[in-house]
Amino acid sequence: MSASGAVISAEHLTIRFGDFTAVDDVSFSINKGELFGFLGPNGSGKTTIIKALCGLIKPTSGTGSILGMDIREHGADIKQHVGYMSQRFGLYEDLTVEENLDFYAGVYGITGARATARKRELLDLTGIAPYLTRRAGALSGGWKQRLALACAIVHEPQVVFLDEPTAGIDPVARRSLWDLFFHLSAQGVTFFVTTHYMDEAERCGRVGYIYNSHLIAVGTIAELQKLPRANPEGTVRVKLEADGHSDPSAMLDALRALPGVREATIFGRSIHALIETAAIEAMRAKLPGVIIETIQPSLEDVFVTLTYQIANAASGAAK
Amino acid sequence: MNGLFFGVGPICRKEFTHLVRDPGTLVFALVLPLIQMLLFGFAVDTNVRQIPTIVYDQSRTQPSRALLDSFAASDVFRMSMTATSEPQMDEALRAAKARVGIEIPYDYAWRVQNGSGATVLVLVDGSDSNVAGQAVNAANGVALTQSIAALLRGKPIPLEVRPMVLYNPATRAANFFVPGLIAVLLQVMVILLIALSLVRERERGTLEQLRMTPVAPLGLMVGKMLPYGALAFAELCVILTVMRVVFQVPIHGSVLELLLMSIPFLLTVLGIGLVISTRAKTQAEAFQLAMGTVLPSVFLSGYIFLIDTMPLFFQGVSRIIPATYYIQIVRGVILRGAGFAELWPNLLILTLMGIASIAFAARLFVRQGME
Ligand SMILES: Nc1ncnc2c1ncn2[C@@H]1O[C@H](COP(=O)(O)OP(=O)(O)OP(=O)(O)O)[C@@H](O)[C@H]1O
Ligand SMILES: [Mg+2]
Repeated sequence: MSASGAVISAEHLTIRFGDFTAVDDVSFSINKGELFGFLGPNGSGKTTIIKALCGLIKPTSGTGSILGMDIREHGADIKQHVGYMSQRFGLYEDLTVEENLDFYAGVYGITGARATARKRELLDLTGIAPYLTRRAGALSGGWKQRLALACAIVHEPQVVFLDEPTAGIDPVARRSLWDLFFHLSAQGVTFFVTTHYMDEAERCGRVGYIYNSHLIAVGTIAELQKLPRANPEGTVRVKLEADGHSDPSAMLDALRALPGVREATIFGRSIHALIETAAIEAMRAKLPGVIIETIQPSLEDVFVTLTYQIANAASGAAK
Repeated sequence: MNGLFFGVGPICRKEFTHLVRDPGTLVFALVLPLIQMLLFGFAVDTNVRQIPTIVYDQSRTQPSRALLDSFAASDVFRMSMTATSEPQMDEALRAAKARVGIEIPYDYAWRVQNGSGATVLVLVDGSDSNVAGQAVNAANGVALTQSIAALLRGKPIPLEVRPMVLYNPATRAANFFVPGLIAVLLQVMVILLIALSLVRERERGTLEQLRMTPVAPLGLMVGKMLPYGALAFAELCVILTVMRVVFQVPIHGSVLELLLMSIPFLLTVLGIGLVISTRAKTQAEAFQLAMGTVLPSVFLSGYIFLIDTMPLFFQGVSRIIPATYYIQIVRGVILRGAGFAELWPNLLILTLMGIASIAFAARLFVRQGME
């Protein structure tokens, strides 16, 4: 293990497909037992980073390491210590739950009494025992993902990559899946989880946000909320709430027509906005009957603000 | 751990489970060939027999009837209609009610008897060149034997050729085609099944998951080859049984030797299937590539057309087609009772092709596994 104690690390990782740069100079490191959330729009490069760290694709430049093993040199050794649950359901739908488990145990070289014991453990952990003889294809989304997780960790990996493990499954199933992650994480397993759900990101110890192949923010939720770039100087983040029954979308239109409004979006019956401090008093006058209070940015606010900044900088540079 | 081939066991076992679980594949592999065999085996009959023939006999004499009898006796012609006028005969030919018309002139008996040279008109429908050719040959044969008999006037014929067709005495088309069909069917099934099974894993994402496990590329490859090789053997046995029982094609050689000599061919086609699986992104693409190997194996392997009569270029091509050698082996064993002693050159070439094809596939697999 490297001196820093990092279990997963990427150093100036760059991955190109032809002319297209899918991952551009990405560096980060994750410590043992962390549950690291990784967010970013579709096509931003999340899956590509995971595949590179797992040794499925070779980085164009830069490198990374898992448990101190360089991904370029120790691809085969890394496989023994890494669990990977791909974005697609990577199980055999025509095999039963048990056959899938047995197969993955087999390909990891786990046989005999050890396999039986491990299978027992996984059944207890995931609670999938009642469905042992059911074909994987006939499971509901939540159970499919539990089975996929069981298969991905059959060899007791110390590092687990989960690529959108909760995409398309219901909130209850999502929550119980996350309970599983926390359970394993508490035992010292390091998790790298990609997701598009903010509530899931907020449960992670630390999160990374990748946009357009660039990693633009990494840190704990509190760190990201205090990030200077997310709270630009001379602005204040506010929540606007109409006291009456006024329609929030009408209020949003009225707000956007005012000067000094950088961002505004609807949250339920209220509006979150990033407003220039100088404009705030004029705004109170223009919007009578609206309660305006300063708030902490949510994780989503932070990502949206950072994304706008980069997009604006890019369009500014283009001009 | 057996490093180079790590994972063979579990993959093999899983593949057998797939086969048992999905009867579609088994039906495809074992029943479809039978249907194809029945279709081809019965439909393809290049021997021409019983061509419907119309007769316009103006002579109506004993010699003219004797001539018509010898036409009928050849088994090539079937005297199905008689015409009473020339236009009637032409009409029957044009409407394809008859393929051959025989017109005997009114002075036929007289001319034959005084030796002044009788002319019999034989009209042949040329729209099927095979039928036409055999009809013309048979008609010439009849005329020749009749002429000689007339000249000799009862004396024995000084020279007679008695052709005897060996190995396939009835010159039955089934005996010739069904053994060739074995090679073509085995090739199609093996290439298609192994290529599709791998490409399906790529499409579904399980291949990516497998690449994250310690399964070695060659473990995956061999783990796929064993079940589909076994399936091909089962298919071979089924086809041989049907050939023997349904088509009544006798197997003159040793079935065991035939099975043993099939191994290099199976390895070759398994290798081709594996190579296709590394190239094709979708199942449709794999299907097309697999079918692309079928046409040359049908037309240039000697299955339908004799290699010796092909243009030189195609003769050259036929030499690099594995089915060419396997068909020789299958026909040799089944029709001529040949064995290792006679067929070893074919076996040697197939063995080399098998090694080359597997080696090439292995190279692609290892390289793909590293990416
Ligand atoms: N093998 C490849 N060849 C060419 N381009 C690729 C390849 N793999 C990925 N890409 C491209 O790289 C970009 C990043 O893809 P990636 O799958 O990493 O995105 P992602 O962040 O996982 O997106 P999503 O949220 O949709 O899963 C995409 O534009 C994708 O089209
Ligand atoms: Mg992805």
